[in-house]
Amino acid sequence: MTDDLVIDVRGLTKRFGGRTVVDAVDLGVARGRICGFLGPNGSGKTTTLRMICGLLIPDAGEGTVLGQDLKTRRSAIKARVGYMTQKFGLFSDLTIAENLEFFARVHGLPRRRERVAEALEKLGLATRSDQLAGKLSGGWKQRLALAACVLHDPEILLLDEPTAGVDPQARREFWDQIHGLAADGMTVLVSTHYMDEAERCHEIAYIAYGRMLARGSIAEVVAGSGLKALQGEGHLPDGTGADRLAAAIEARPGVAMAAPFGTALHVCGPDMAALHEAVAPWADTIHFREASPSLEDVFIHLMRGAEDNSVVVHQ
Amino acid sequence: MSATPLQRIGAMVFKEVRQMLRDRGTVGMMLVMPLMQLMIFGYAINNDPRGLPMAIERGDNSVFARSIDAALRNTTYFKVTELVETPGAGDELLQNGKVQFVVTIPADFGRDLVRGRRPQLLVTADATDPAATGPALSAIGDAVGTALGHDLIGPLAARAAGQSPVELVLHRSYNPEGITSHNVVPGLLAIVLSMTMVMLTALSVTREVEQGTMENLLATPLRPFEVMVGKIVPYLGIGVVQLTVILLAARFLFQVPFAGPLPLLLGSTLLFMITSLGLGFTLSTLAQSQLQAMQMSFFYILPSVLLSGFAFPYRGMPVWAQTLAEVLPTTHFIRLVRGVMLKGWGLIDALPEMGVLAGMLVVLGILAVRRYQDTVA
Repeated sequence: MTDDLVIDVRGLTKRFGGRTVVDAVDLGVARGRICGFLGPNGSGKTTTLRMICGLLIPDAGEGTVLGQDLKTRRSAIKARVGYMTQKFGLFSDLTIAENLEFFARVHGLPRRRERVAEALEKLGLATRSDQLAGKLSGGWKQRLALAACVLHDPEILLLDEPTAGVDPQARREFWDQIHGLAADGMTVLVSTHYMDEAERCHEIAYIAYGRMLARGSIAEVVAGSGLKALQGEGHLPDGTGADRLAAAIEARPGVAMAAPFGTALHVCGPDMAALHEAVAPWADTIHFREASPSLEDVFIHLMRGAEDNSVVVHQ
Repeated sequence: MSATPLQRIGAMVFKEVRQMLRDRGTVGMMLVMPLMQLMIFGYAINNDPRGLPMAIERGDNSVFARSIDAALRNTTYFKVTELVETPGAGDELLQNGKVQFVVTIPADFGRDLVRGRRPQLLVTADATDPAATGPALSAIGDAVGTALGHDLIGPLAARAAGQSPVELVLHRSYNPEGITSHNVVPGLLAIVLSMTMVMLTALSVTREVEQGTMENLLATPLRPFEVMVGKIVPYLGIGVVQLTVILLAARFLFQVPFAGPLPLLLGSTLLFMITSLGLGFTLSTLAQSQLQAMQMSFFYILPSVLLSGFAFPYRGMPVWAQTLAEVLPTTHFIRLVRGVMLKGWGLIDALPEMGVLAGMLVVLGILAVRRYQDTVA
């Protein structure tokens, strides 16, 4: 990690009504890094992104974005950050080219026409530039939205669930593009629900119920969870797969969770010896081998832990 | 078991009622609209207006003049608000809209009456709104007849018999023929502009919020003030087109007189348009959806049409309705348009109403900028 943190916020807190949506979140992201921002629905991801790009003023906390104070220099930050909203936010009654031209004008970009033409070319939309943006399919809308928010060459790109509802091929192309931008020095903070996308990030931050629960590279987060896993495969005497045992095994002591994957069963818990003991009754027919816990295991585990905490807090 | 048509319709009805009750704007419309209309049509609007402000210009102090004065004060049609003695003072009051009628009792009125010379009694009416003046004029004749009937007794009784002892001269100012369109067309300018300006702006901002484009706008370096001005300018263009169409129609289709200076009318119209746009913008910051924005504009436009003096005489309304009308920019603009076009107002005459509009603009501007944040929540 370098000292060049382009996003550097501490204790970021936001309340809506009496509810604390984001609770003392610290986040530092270095230049050129792609940071995956994960967490369950309603965990405060969007609110955090909005605070970072100056769309919301935090109730508490401080920090800098691109060296500018988060609270007092919001306009300066807005000019150098690209933010792609969760919902398609371009003008559906303007054409593709008109949308891009609008953002080029707002940012006062020199050589506007060329910039827009280049962007259209890069998008592969040059021939369809007169089509209304609202008529585009989901995948194209997403590509256009990305093109619009990187048009002014922002130093930071904030993406709020950019690939929701987009097909796998378009998602892959999207991520290739993100990596290309990061290689050129753009810093990316991207929220997502997809584990495969999380694995494409340099580092991840996991937030649940407004609190940052895990931070680091994927290996660090998995190791930090202290979670162990067993993978069970084989058939029960009645011919059904190991997956049928999920409920029975999850009820055993020492098991945090047991999830079926096809006919296989994935069992996690904090202690390997306890896991082996938990699955012992079925060990004669099902073969259990030690596996590494997945990111998903870790997140579900973290989320359940956080839920427990919140219950305690309320009592 | 499949559902019967009745069950399926029941499911729809259930859903609709739930949604309707959750939508406060619609519930408000359903309950408040009829109440508002009941109040306005039932109490505020009066086609036979009473208590119209009148000035008496009395050049004569005879017993007859005084009893005409008293008789006019006694009718419910008029409220004598001014008593002046300098000639011409009454016309000035009429010009700036302080009174609607001026009754001029000329010098030597009493003496001429006694001598049987049939003195003239001049009634000048502000006929910019012919509907408001009609019934009142006949009331003046009655009042004068009754007053003199009491006084012309004894040796003067002969004066009361036969032909009326005074000659009632009626002068309908600003609209001598009492043509309704002379009143309606200038008023229509105010109504058309308030409808389009307020509604278009209110809708345009909420549309951005509803479609999710506002978040994108706010994430750019655009400032609230810039968004506001950027949105308002095109609507000003629309307003100018509407103004041109109505003025051309007034001139060539309806032959409405244009007594005052055109630049003054253009200036006041610009002021009114910006005020209306500011109002629309303020409404849009209060509304959560386009539907609500539409409903709010409706709550503004309905009283604007009914109370501003456009459709019904302002003077005929009770005080509460007049007070309400004073709060509406349309009321003041209607006075300005009619003043400039029909009465030939100059800048000095127009200043008070323009001042009110400017004041409203300042208040609305502050409100709109304060409500419109460059953050999303």
